[in-house]
Amino acid sequence: MFAGIDWTPFRLSFELASVTTLILFFLSLPVAWWLSRTQRAIKPFVEALVSMPIVLPPSVLGFYILWGFSHDSPLGRLLENYFDMKLLFSFEGLVAASVIYSFPFMVQPMQSGFESLGRSMIEASYLAGKNTLQTLFYVALPNIKPSLITATVITFAHTVGEFGVVLMVGGSIPGETKVASVAIYELVETMDYTTAHIYSGVMVLLSFVVLLGVYGFNRSKSRKIKGSRG
Amino acid sequence: MIRIDIDKKLSAAGEEDMHLRVNLEIERGSFVALTGESGSGKTTLLRVIAGLERAEGTIFVGEERWLGEGGALPPGKRRIGFVFQDYALFENMTVERNLLFVSPDRELARELLEIVSMSSYASRYPATLSGGQKQRVALCRAMMRRPEILLLDEALSALDPAMRSRLQHDILRLHERFSTTTIMVSHDPGEIYRLADRVVELKDGVVLRDIDSRFALSENIAAESFLLRGELIELIEENGAAMAVVSAGRQLLKIALEDADAGRFAQGEIVELEFDTGCAKIVPKGEASQL
Repeated sequence: MFAGIDWTPFRLSFELASVTTLILFFLSLPVAWWLSRTQRAIKPFVEALVSMPIVLPPSVLGFYILWGFSHDSPLGRLLENYFDMKLLFSFEGLVAASVIYSFPFMVQPMQSGFESLGRSMIEASYLAGKNTLQTLFYVALPNIKPSLITATVITFAHTVGEFGVVLMVGGSIPGETKVASVAIYELVETMDYTTAHIYSGVMVLLSFVVLLGVYGFNRSKSRKIKGSRG
Repeated sequence: MIRIDIDKKLSAAGEEDMHLRVNLEIERGSFVALTGESGSGKTTLLRVIAGLERAEGTIFVGEERWLGEGGALPPGKRRIGFVFQDYALFENMTVERNLLFVSPDRELARELLEIVSMSSYASRYPATLSGGQKQRVALCRAMMRRPEILLLDEALSALDPAMRSRLQHDILRLHERFSTTTIMVSHDPGEIYRLADRVVELKDGVVLRDIDSRFALSENIAAESFLLRGELIELIEENGAAMAVVSAGRQLLKIALEDADAGRFAQGEIVELEFDTGCAKIVPKGEASQL
């Protein structure tokens, strides 16, 4: 039954999600840290901006990214003329679009993780003569592991699951931008229901296993803490 | 000599601007208790000394300028030990790592844990310790930089009386062993008398009293030892006699009421207890002064 099934779309989906998650992890760290500590009036504006992709229809986001990457826009022209980069309908373009699209899914759990840390724990690190970077890596991050795992897995899963933006920005070029979600859409359109069933079934199974892993980990983590205190 | 002369706006919600204006000279090696109502600026003063909050003015520790022209020395550059009320231990590190994170001096870490009898807990994680044990570790961690000034921000107020007494002993030993200057925020007269040699009381951001801690004690004898204020928890009847259960200080007291008084009190009322040659008598708030 699985003979002759082309697994390339899945490989692409997971490559896209891995690269996106890796970039977003380091991109989100300073943003989430800053948001968790700042008391400036500008904070709600930044928070709203970061969270926009959650609310916006993927088609709206996809349209702006499409326009932004094309040579109709200053950004597209800059990339094409100076860096010789054409992001539209390429894997790199998908990565760039996914980074924008999945940004809030990394920032929000990280930010709430940082916010859950006691202010005094961070201050104790400063008082110990450590700078912000040392405090971040030796004190803050190790103490918000469940949040980091949630952020990473949700971002990964969300990128695997994206459809609208990917279709608009990447098209459906086999081996380049045709990820699993797009492939399933095409299979249904061409009425290849058998393959669509297999693809979809695999997605359901993978998603469930991933989420089960996260919640299972966080449960054992919180039980460990409660158990040792009680 | 430590010279503090600062001015900081305290942000009190809804009220007019209040300023913390404090001018203090503290002798090196002395033990100062900082007391006053909540919101009087005690914690802020401590945080300004530590460099955790900005302020106008100057702080000199000996010849070293911590605050003044040319800005403020960052907290990490001041030789400060700070003990928080909520311990603030690094949960991801063992007891020993918590200490070594501050300074890699194993010898000192071992000695400090020895002093507070926590040596056998060196490889434990903070989550497995009791509140008193955590605060002893926090105290050791604060000493790891051999601080010029040790700051205790209500460090013992979350602990039960037995553990408090234990930690007071530890604090005093560390204070003497490392000849630090110690400034402690405290509300507990017993604690202040036991540890401090000077009491500074703040009110609305300014120094209200600045006295030798022995004088603070004698005033307390006159004002409080014979008169205890408490809350009336319940009125009960025992063997036909009316009794009042009163919560005063850390004690729950049961006191017989005189028949004439039986109807005068209500549950939840604040009452005063007079101690007159060994007999306790309960009277409504304010009436004790008639005697």
